Amino acid sequence: MSDEMHLTAHHDLAPGEEEQHSVGERILGYVVGLALALLLTATSFFIAGTDLVWQPSIPVALIVLAIAQMGVHLVFFLHITTGPDNTNNVLALAFGLLIVFLVVGGTVWIMAHLNANMPPMDQIMRMQ
Amino acid sequence: MAMTATADHARADPHHIGVVIEHPGPAPKRIVTAYGFWIFLLSDIVMFSCFFAAYAVLVGQTAGGPKGAEIFEQRNVAIETVCLLLSSFTCGMASIAADVRNRFWFYLGMSVTCVLGLIFLAIEFREFANLVARGYGPSRSAFLTTFFSLVGCHGLHVSAGILWLLTMMAQVFAKGFRADILRRMMCFALFWHALDIIWVAIFSVVYLLGSAP
Repeated sequence: MSDEMHLTAHHDLAPGEEEQHSVGERILGYVVGLALALLLTATSFFIAGTDLVWQPSIPVALIVLAIAQMGVHLVFFLHITTGPDNTNNVLALAFGLLIVFLVVGGTVWIMAHLNANMPPMDQIMRMQ
Repeated sequence: MAMTATADHARADPHHIGVVIEHPGPAPKRIVTAYGFWIFLLSDIVMFSCFFAAYAVLVGQTAGGPKGAEIFEQRNVAIETVCLLLSSFTCGMASIAADVRNRFWFYLGMSVTCVLGLIFLAIEFREFANLVARGYGPSRSAFLTTFFSLVGCHGLHVSAGILWLLTMMAQVFAKGFRADILRRMMCFALFWHALDIIWVAIFSVVYLLGSAP
């Protein structure tokens, strides 16, 4: 019971701030992040130029690799985690992502339909 | 012990739901500042998403001009990517050094970050100048307009970041590792890491996807 009380008295972590770690642990975190990011980047560049994999899978693979690398950056460089002291930061991120997907997804969806339903340009010119 | 603790906090739990909410007062300024800056960064990412949406819509509208595959050079993009990634790492090292108040490693980390950022900008500037010289400027086609605005907007952010970086070095030089300077340094590190995240999206969506024939 009293443990619960004291848990609630803790402050949240600021974005970019880590829990109490020694300097060595913090540097190790950045090294791991850098290694993972370099690995994912190298994979992206390799996949984009290779003909070893099934060609139609390349765009999907590139997007998946990009999202994975953004996740690596968020966790290891910006220190956004799912811990209870990070709730505010994650919620703000989730809202930001919602807007990003609405803007990009909505634009691409609507414009593709407009484009498909539009008569060819020469027909429009003849109508005028 | 638990009983007395509950009794002590009876007023903090008026509905007897068992969870006592203590009010520790406002969060420290460090948390408020960084959280506010995080909100700004997310709004910046939302702004970039508009540029990405415009690019995705207009990528095929080349108006007889060049396609992405004809003008992108993957080797340059790979060098730019590695520069930005390493600069993100050295920026992290500099912020650790600032937290432990080690001037030497702070200046070293920030200087390396600055040099890597400048190399990135130089390569990007050369790419843009080269395209314009070949007649493929932003006014050539809708595709090139959106390409220049998206990548150029990121380049502007990197330029602003480098100015901020130099300002931070000057502030630490003149004022030392004061609490307010450390808050600014934290915001700068967040900014620099966020720029790298946006670059991941740019090199994947624009350069690598665009290079596919």
